Amino acid sequence: MSLPFLLEIGTEEVPDWMIRNALEDLRAQFVKLGVPHETVQVDATPRRLVLRASGLPERQADSVERVQGPAKSAPPQAVEGFARRQGTTPAGLTVEATPKGEYYVFHKQVTGRATRDILAEALAGIVLGIYFPKTMYWTGKGGPRFIRPIRWLVALLGEDVVPFEIGGVRSGNVSCGHRRLGAAQVPVTCADYEQRLRENCVILSADERRARIVEGLSGAKVDAELLETLVYLTEYPTAIEGGFDPAFLELPAEVLVTVMRHHQRYFSVEDADGKLLPRFFAVMNIGADPEGFVRRGNERVLRARFTDARFFWDSDQKKKLVDRRKDLGAVTFQAKLGSYRDKARRMKALVKDLGGKAASARAADLCKCDLTTELVGEFPELQGVVGGLYARAQGERAEVWQAIYDHYKPVSMEDSIPRNATGRIVALADKLDTLRGCFRVGLVPTGSRDPFALRRAAQGVVKILVEGGMDLPLPDLLEGNAELIAFFQERVKFYFKDARGFQYDEVNAAMAAGWSNLADLDARLRRIQGLRQSPDFEPLAASFKRIRNILEQARFEGGAGIVESLLEEEPEKELYREYQSIAGQPIENVISRLRPKVDLFFDKVLVNAPREEVRQNRLQLLFELRREFSKVADFSEIVTTS
Amino acid sequence: MESFQDIIFKLKQYWAERGCIIQEPYDVEVGAGTMCPETFLRVLGPEPYRVAYVQPSRRPADGRYGDNPNRLFKHSQFQVILKPSPADIIEQYLGSLEAIGIDLKQHDIKFEEDNWEAPTLGAWGIGWQVMLDGLEISQFTYFQQCGGIDLDAVPAELTYGLERLTAFLQVRDSVYEIEWAKGFSYGDVRYRDELQYSVYNFEMADIRTLWKLFDLHEGEATRLLAAYNPKSPDKKRFPLLPTYDHVLKCSNLFNTLDARGAISVTERVGVIQRVRKMAVGVAQAWADQSRVAPAAEVAE
Repeated sequence: MSLPFLLEIGTEEVPDWMIRNALEDLRAQFVKLGVPHETVQVDATPRRLVLRASGLPERQADSVERVQGPAKSAPPQAVEGFARRQGTTPAGLTVEATPKGEYYVFHKQVTGRATRDILAEALAGIVLGIYFPKTMYWTGKGGPRFIRPIRWLVALLGEDVVPFEIGGVRSGNVSCGHRRLGAAQVPVTCADYEQRLRENCVILSADERRARIVEGLSGAKVDAELLETLVYLTEYPTAIEGGFDPAFLELPAEVLVTVMRHHQRYFSVEDADGKLLPRFFAVMNIGADPEGFVRRGNERVLRARFTDARFFWDSDQKKKLVDRRKDLGAVTFQAKLGSYRDKARRMKALVKDLGGKAASARAADLCKCDLTTELVGEFPELQGVVGGLYARAQGERAEVWQAIYDHYKPVSMEDSIPRNATGRIVALADKLDTLRGCFRVGLVPTGSRDPFALRRAAQGVVKILVEGGMDLPLPDLLEGNAELIAFFQERVKFYFKDARGFQYDEVNAAMAAGWSNLADLDARLRRIQGLRQSPDFEPLAASFKRIRNILEQARFEGGAGIVESLLEEEPEKELYREYQSIAGQPIENVISRLRPKVDLFFDKVLVNAPREEVRQNRLQLLFELRREFSKVADFSEIVTTS
Repeated sequence: MESFQDIIFKLKQYWAERGCIIQEPYDVEVGAGTMCPETFLRVLGPEPYRVAYVQPSRRPADGRYGDNPNRLFKHSQFQVILKPSPADIIEQYLGSLEAIGIDLKQHDIKFEEDNWEAPTLGAWGIGWQVMLDGLEISQFTYFQQCGGIDLDAVPAELTYGLERLTAFLQVRDSVYEIEWAKGFSYGDVRYRDELQYSVYNFEMADIRTLWKLFDLHEGEATRLLAAYNPKSPDKKRFPLLPTYDHVLKCSNLFNTLDARGAISVTERVGVIQRVRKMAVGVAQAWADQSRVAPAAEVAE
């Protein structure tokens, strides 16, 4: 008989951002248990993690266990004793040949265990084994640990409760509805579980909650990240629309949107031209707001927040950015690396090395000053942006205020780089200064620990250099710090492989031919991608690998030059002539001509000629050929399928 | 309409009915209700305890001269400690909101992750900020560690922001407009506090004097802690509570100096360490004095 299985872990509100990973972990652990099943599905709301499976057997399959007894030569009493212990007689035993001789053997019929027993034994371990980034105990020291207290457990196999217990809570068939709109005790079966929850104002399916929210957001910009947060922050979501005084639109849209999205979890609303409208959508965890209590409450909170922001905006303006430079001396950047004033001074020197002009120096001078403003104190995520906005209001040139505004960019692999060249230089100087300083004083990321986000900073440097097409030699900017150069080498590889999607062998090949200029490296990688389409590419790459091996084995590192008179056989003369005629041309144009000559050479010519001068001459030919065509990439790094 | 004081009466009544001792505010200045001995020291050890009290909480840096409608130098926290935390603690909390007149079927309540940490107290916990129609009205924390000590029982701490809650219930945009008692607004009662303490904290507090006071209180607390002898047969008599008062004085002086702009970010870490060292010292001595946590279990 095949049975459905339901497990519901009833908890207090689990942080929204942890739920999806927890569900996948729950699923994986259930699958690992090895109980046969047809389907398995996981769902969650903030108050419940749920696993449902179908097609579980009532019992595991029967099996036969082979128990080896005494040797055939053993006295009869020993044989009888063995049989008795196995619950049989000597007639029930067989004699089998083993590598050590003939032995009595009993084939024991083992009845499969009841699935319910297996689950009862395993479930507590599975639940408490779910990984969460931070756990707590709630029954007292030494008690179970989970993300939040477990308050009820439903575990049903078919119609039977699978009995287990965690921290004094015993499993049963009673779930719990919405905190205020549903019943506190909701008896369920495997079949009616989802329906019973629905009757008690809990929508189990995240897809359905998501659809319900989106449906209510007519006209709003659907921010995917915020939507997911709200899907896992509610059991019965309903979107409502509110508004605010249009007078607040005088404040920068960046500030208004940050308040709405990050602090209040509202969706902002824009018109067709992308201009912010004085409206918002909030998502409630109840079904309706007939009296408008929730709408008015949210509107008042938003008004208070905006009033605060306006207060900060106005009072910050009383002191210009340029007059705040001195105050940066009191803001520590890092204990061993001094204050932000020190950092700004270093950046100012660094932008010059990066080819920056007066605008870059001005932006570097001012870009950290917003750290002393009240608005950034209130909205730290707006650092840079606020500085840019103040700089604009205080009459700085567009080039300068935009550079300040953008100088933390890119904040992720998906984020864009600063919009103008000045911004790119200031952003580079900021990140390079942090990286150089931290590596100098030994603050180097290890494993998953990277408290200063140095990987992200390095990634930003790489992205700006490549996507800004900047002609700057990266390794020269790293103060000859070998550790930092190696760190960057990894980040360059990561960028081209994971962010840009080049094959790892293409990246290795291109970097082996140099990675000092990243814009150039990018161009070469794109050429390799193009070359890879050619049918001649892989065979030629294989030949280059062969050439590399031959040269390495011969420990040949280049000689005087090719002596034409020492070229003996026709294929090597042909290869030489071809080489001479195509040298200096882009490899794309000559690959189809070169390949047959190389193939022929390896087919007909023995590099290890008996005569030393001839051998040296052939090695020289291969050496020059490799050097000539390795400017784009070291093709011997390409992994060939043939 | 419920006045500010009506709401306090109702909360006290509600929690008294659920077994809480109703305490009066602590008489040494603190930054939060958590710092009162009724919380900081009582959460240590396994003995059950339930207490509720209003605590005026001073945050010198948050003063706005009485100009800002939402920010106060001194706000009133309603603090509830339930040790150990009962299984229906959230239901009890929601019930308290209903007791002060909030119909939760008509309002939106959300529990958003917010883990609390107080470095100066060596304390942290796991919990939420409770949002009512988008307004943070409470902090809900399951204490895990206090004074650097893993807690035996897990207390739940509920902290209500009384001014916000009242402004919400009375539908007022400014804290100063809420009705404290019939005929008296919050502004009538507290405006002068806000103005005068802002002037003192931001403009007139003498930095050298404050540092001197800090050193004096620190010296006294340190002297006393050094004199505590766990092996003494008389250790129950030892004045740990007065010692702790000096720690609280240091904490408030630190906050005032900070608001005055007298502490650089680099110095900050060091001063926090000094206060923490004393607070942890008191907690550990207290645990020993109560004979609840053998020294070996005290976390470093």
